[in-house]
Amino acid sequence: MDPILFERYPYWIAILLMMIGFYTLISRGNLIKQVVGLNIFQTSVFILYIGLGNVEGGAAPILRAGTDVYSNPLPHVLILTSIVVGIATTALALGLVVRIREAYGSIEEDEIRAKDADG
Amino acid sequence: MTSATTLTASLLLPLLGAILVAATGRWPNIRETATLSTAILLFVLVCSLWPSRFDGIDQIVLLEPVPGGTLALHLEPLGMLFALVASFLWIITSLYAIGYMRAQGESNQTRFYTAFAVAMAATMGVAFAANLFTLFVFYEILTLSTYPLVTHSGTEKARRAGRVYLGILLTTSTLLLLPAVIATWLFAGTLDFKAGGILQGRVSNAVAGMLLLLYFFGIGKSAAMPFHRWLPAAMVAPTPVSALLHAVAVVKAGVFSMLKVTTYVFGTDLLSGISISQWLIYVSLATILLASLVALRQDNLKRRLAYSTISQLGYILLAGQLGNATGLIGGGLHIANHAFGKITLFLAAGAILVATHKTEVSAMSGLGRRMPLTFACFLVGSLSVIGLPPLGGFWSKWYLLLGSLRAEQWLAMLVLIISSLLNVAYLLPVSVRGFFSAPLASGDETFNPVPWPCRIAMAITASGCILLFLAAGPLVRLLETIGL
Amino acid sequence: MTDLNSLALLVVIPLLSAPVCLLLPGERLPWLLATTVTWLVLVLALMLSAGIPEQGSLDYAMGGWAPPWGIEYRLDAFNGFVAILVATIGALVLPYAAASVAAEVAPSKLPGFYAAFLLLLAGLLGTTITGDIFNLFVFLEISSLSSYILVSLADRRRALVSAYQYLILGTIGATFILIGTGLAYAMTGTLNMADLAARLPAVAATSTVHTAFAFIAIGVSIKLALFPLHLWLPNAYTEAPSAVAAFLAGTATKVAFYVLTRFIFSVFGAVFVFKLTPFGWAFTTMALAAICLGSVAAIFQDNVKRLLAWSSIAQIGYTVLGLSMATVAGLTAGVLHLFNHALIKSALFLAAGCIFYRLKSVDLVSITGLGRQMPWTMSAFTLAGLSLIGLPPTAGFISKWYLLTAALERGWWPAAILILVTSLLAAVYIWRVVESAWLKPIAIGRAPVTEAPLSMLVPTWALVLANIYFGLDTSFTTGLAGRAAETLIGGSR
Repeated sequence: MDPILFERYPYWIAILLMMIGFYTLISRGNLIKQVVGLNIFQTSVFILYIGLGNVEGGAAPILRAGTDVYSNPLPHVLILTSIVVGIATTALALGLVVRIREAYGSIEEDEIRAKDADG
Repeated sequence: MTSATTLTASLLLPLLGAILVAATGRWPNIRETATLSTAILLFVLVCSLWPSRFDGIDQIVLLEPVPGGTLALHLEPLGMLFALVASFLWIITSLYAIGYMRAQGESNQTRFYTAFAVAMAATMGVAFAANLFTLFVFYEILTLSTYPLVTHSGTEKARRAGRVYLGILLTTSTLLLLPAVIATWLFAGTLDFKAGGILQGRVSNAVAGMLLLLYFFGIGKSAAMPFHRWLPAAMVAPTPVSALLHAVAVVKAGVFSMLKVTTYVFGTDLLSGISISQWLIYVSLATILLASLVALRQDNLKRRLAYSTISQLGYILLAGQLGNATGLIGGGLHIANHAFGKITLFLAAGAILVATHKTEVSAMSGLGRRMPLTFACFLVGSLSVIGLPPLGGFWSKWYLLLGSLRAEQWLAMLVLIISSLLNVAYLLPVSVRGFFSAPLASGDETFNPVPWPCRIAMAITASGCILLFLAAGPLVRLLETIGL
Repeated sequence: MTDLNSLALLVVIPLLSAPVCLLLPGERLPWLLATTVTWLVLVLALMLSAGIPEQGSLDYAMGGWAPPWGIEYRLDAFNGFVAILVATIGALVLPYAAASVAAEVAPSKLPGFYAAFLLLLAGLLGTTITGDIFNLFVFLEISSLSSYILVSLADRRRALVSAYQYLILGTIGATFILIGTGLAYAMTGTLNMADLAARLPAVAATSTVHTAFAFIAIGVSIKLALFPLHLWLPNAYTEAPSAVAAFLAGTATKVAFYVLTRFIFSVFGAVFVFKLTPFGWAFTTMALAAICLGSVAAIFQDNVKRLLAWSSIAQIGYTVLGLSMATVAGLTAGVLHLFNHALIKSALFLAAGCIFYRLKSVDLVSITGLGRQMPWTMSAFTLAGLSLIGLPPTAGFISKWYLLTAALERGWWPAAILILVTSLLAAVYIWRVVESAWLKPIAIGRAPVTEAPLSMLVPTWALVLANIYFGLDTSFTTGLAGRAAETLIGGSR
């Protein structure tokens, strides 16, 4: 069995999610769907980090009697921070979408562009 | 005041004048007094440098914005001459402008006088520049400060002229001159003007030839063909501006820079080894001849004078390439003589415009009888530009011919002689027509008297042409001391 | 106060003042707090920079945790320079903002505006002084999020769309940086810049490190608006409130340039980027493309702010070109232009803001003849424009001189020619404005306007005069830029 293919499956999942998110982001004209794509894209990176921090046979990094090998806790901490940043971004993006809908009456990119062209 | 501080003061004084003019814009009389007194004071300052003309003044470093590129001033014979001519003619031009601008009822006069004063500061900077960097900086400031003057009227035509003006001058200086200066810095390790040149022994002849080419065309203000178009285009500007462009500052700054570059950056020894120098002589000669021929065909007086200037600048460019002291004296003298001659012609042309609103030569028949002083001045200016004694222009052509002889440039001698004949052919008919042709019959002749400041100004510059013939000795002795 | 704790205060003060700002009542108090804080930060930055040792840096371990485990703040010649720049522009923009922002942002949103402004300041300064790449990501996001907010606050609906686009692209950039950071961490087990620099060369040949750098480079280039990743910039700068456009133009892309330089020279190393991999050439190519296309696009704009935005894209190209020469002279030119361009572009955007304040428009057709009605504003624009073109005696000329000298020294004469030609293109687009304002008759049907208020003119002119001052006396700018370049190149050997 090729170890690249199976043993490192978290990376493949991360890459797959990244592609899905990115594709959604660039192919959709609906602003909400774009935000969803952006979220998937960001989440894929979180998984990548968690995958990186995994130590073979390691337990969750919580001090406990009888465990010697732990996964690296630092990526978890970093990702906690990234999640916070991600939430802030999503919240702001959604907020903007609400305001855009109020101002334009639409959340479709092409309709917004058409309304801007009208003035 | 030491001569070193005088040098700095002569740079700052016009700037101060500009601020004063801008501040007193609401009271025209005070504003004009500010302009005139600044001009007179500047001339006095420059004159006070005359005693130290032979000792020269070593570099006074003001600032050092880039490594090797200091803003520094010095005094040497060519700069002394140029500063004297420019500062004196500023007084005349201001005097004339006061009469002219009021008679024509021009708007934005404060902007006009302010920009004029800034241009004079830049001219002083060019004249006293101790190195290429300083020269470049003030050269560019001169371009920018004259732009509002060229586009003064703000009409579509003036805007287009302004675009040509800035377009050609900025393109040549940015694309050719600036790289040449930087390359000189990289090769020579210095940008200072030094007797005998700074490139000698630092570059191969081929590279020196390339640099010379860059300088020759990069200094677009000297209006060498094919970069001459801006000068006729700028004719839309009011007459005092034409005087500034053609006589006082702008084109003179161009040829002056070229003379300084050939003398103090290349040096005669290096120059004689560069084959491109010979080609540049041909370019100068072609400029002289072609511009004269074009001038011959112009009916608009100011355009005719503009092409005449291009041709006359060719003389000075030629002087720079001859590579001997005699030629250089001719070139230096011609800066002064052409300045006086051409300013007289322009002032007269402007006076005709103010009096009769006529701009075409063919319409000026018989006007000489109504405005004899103007046409007499025009005649004196013409004769000086042609190069006949007893007028100053004679000496510059004499030394130029002598210099060509020494350099064994037979073609140049031939062209100089032909060109003088062409000068006769396009300049003399104006006065001849004015004095001897019958006036054109037309009913509604408007005639405004020429304002007195304009008359005085013309008379002074015409007398200057004669004085330059009689008293050329000190100038020649000054120019002889240029270290080659 | 100059003990090392004040290094942290540089970030902590604006960060903690932001929520206070939000709670303050009225319109005047939040502005007052923001202004006071920004000036305080400027004084701090100046004091700290004065204390930087000739060779080396001021180091501060956050929370007392020694690096490489804890987060480290470092101030050396380079980021000291950037920090001063950010604080100075902020300190000048805020007095201007009082009138300008009140005219462009709804009154109820003013406390939020100033809170976001302080957050932006904190984010930019944090990005600048941190020595930890993950911390850098966090601060970069703080600054980006607050700039999305600031852009969206303008009183026109297009601002919302621009801010949204900016958010999407900015977040993609940030996520790329995050991926790169993770990969670099995976290979070295550290996030501290100095530590990374020591450990990366051993694994430089691995594809993971190459990928890490590629992700970081693309991510930062998006934040930097380096061509072809510049798409967010023209809309964001055009639609943002004028004061915000001026502040962002002078700081946000500058800090992004700082981040790029830091990653190249202090983390991955010049050898890695310019010798072992073709990344260096990629930057050169993108920089040249940016210079050309930005300049050409600017010529065809009919809106002054959009014109300036496109010009920024070209100017970013100049700084990156200087960086991609990978010589002391080139890097000096890049860093110098970073500073000078900040002065130029902020001054221009402030002047454009003055125009907008009176005319409610910055279209070329509507500003005809404005020179006669707003002479001070238009003179400021013209002088700053001359600096942008690079004519003496202005700061822009000094940049151009250094950049040209560096290019010729490196033997890149085609690049030198390109620099010269594009500076003429700059003359063309600046002159379109200058001609309209000074030489064309006053637009028909336009109500007579008067000069912008003094509170807006003074900061504008302060920047314009700085442009002329730093074109004549350059010992401060070139000295610091030279020191920064030597520190960077020396550190990456």
